[in-house]
Amino acid sequence: MEELKRTALFDKHKELNARNVGFCGWEMPVSYTGVIKEHYACRNEAALFDISHMGEFFYEGDIANSGINNACTTDFVKLPIGKCKYGFLLNEKGGVIDDLIVYKLDDARLMFVVNAARIDVDFEQIKSHIKSGKFENRSNEVSKIDIQGPKSKELLQKLALFDLGELKFFGFKQSGLLNAPAIISRTGYTGELGYELYVSNDTAPKLWDKLIELGATPAGLGARDVLRLEKGYSLYGHELNEETTPAEAGIDMFVQYDSHDFTGKEALLKQKEQGVSKKIIAFTTNSKRSPRDGFEIYQNGEKIGVVTSGTYSPSVGSGIGLGFVDMNLYDKEANLEIKSERGSMPIYRAKLPFLK
Amino acid sequence: MKKYTNEHEWAELDGDIATVGLSEYAIKELGDITFVELPEIGQSANKDESIAFIESVKAASDIYAPLSGEVVEINEELETAPESLNEDASATWILKIKVSDAGEFDTLLDEAAYNTFIASL
Repeated sequence: MEELKRTALFDKHKELNARNVGFCGWEMPVSYTGVIKEHYACRNEAALFDISHMGEFFYEGDIANSGINNACTTDFVKLPIGKCKYGFLLNEKGGVIDDLIVYKLDDARLMFVVNAARIDVDFEQIKSHIKSGKFENRSNEVSKIDIQGPKSKELLQKLALFDLGELKFFGFKQSGLLNAPAIISRTGYTGELGYELYVSNDTAPKLWDKLIELGATPAGLGARDVLRLEKGYSLYGHELNEETTPAEAGIDMFVQYDSHDFTGKEALLKQKEQGVSKKIIAFTTNSKRSPRDGFEIYQNGEKIGVVTSGTYSPSVGSGIGLGFVDMNLYDKEANLEIKSERGSMPIYRAKLPFLK
Repeated sequence: MKKYTNEHEWAELDGDIATVGLSEYAIKELGDITFVELPEIGQSANKDESIAFIESVKAASDIYAPLSGEVVEINEELETAPESLNEDASATWILKIKVSDAGEFDTLLDEAAYNTFIASL
């Protein structure tokens, strides 16, 4: 087995007695004191996540004319400096190679933040669009720490060099933290007020300790997954993959159809006309039972789909899940159930987000 | 005296009644427990067969009968307060089995052997 990679915060997780897990080739903390406690720390106070496994690419050059603007569903020319946007890297069929956030650092510079498991694929895919300029993968030099929760602002304000109130949702600033360069971004994957911090590997352990000292609670990938699912956010490898379009995943509102050309656009427009053949549905179990990735979805005794994400939600007080259903078989009215080797249980349609 | 299985159940034998729970290690690995599916009283199982089922926020696992026999009692409190397993796994029993072969108890791991086993995982 390939050896798992470790982030610059690995020793910190060890000091905190984290329970680690192999995730996308990285040894990452799944929890420290317990998923539920960490989940509530984020919903009610401020939680701290090591997300350094994610990848960061930097482009410098002619954004409008180098070809890079055709790589993603986001129009980087239109994107204002100091703003970032969620979007997709698609294949020709409109399937999602990755979902990513792109930051407009200035007129000629972009930062791409991508999923850990997709770093190599994404880099080559974006690079294949570029005819000029400098494109670099600096994933191994950049650490990413997320601070999320209603108290994250007042807590981070103690270290920030500017008024965090200036940052609107999906706004960011290239600034400093602890006398070192830092990008502070008003974004996150929890649905709470929060910030994503990009710093050097040297700065990360100091920043981690300082934020804990100021009152943030370390939280692992277990809590992060529950938090994102309560808000209905997609996770690559679950709701998103190369065989799935943004429309099928129910998130094509993030695609900028009108302005620029991008790989996969034709396929998406064609699908818009013809309709989707599968679609994500959201459901609860209305019980303490949890749906799990891979459980089959049934209707009228027939298999019509598969669960892509599932967990117990402490905030909802029930099992919650997302899954794909075959639109040729799916009946909008009929009862649904999920099956595993342990038997079946009823599920109930829900509106996203599960947690308002 | 508690004895253990490789699947992380513990059992205590009093006469022919075995009290069964899950080890601290197992509960810690599972994380926050959210649901325990208990068997019916009267259900019987052979040693190492699945007898109950447990879920945490992010995981799920069968619970295997550490000894052959018939379920005579279940801890119904776990239906409303499964988190008591996280609070004290060694004091929180899950079910009681009337064992059909008390000799099987001798084949389970004692605490020292179990601790050596989990240290190797």
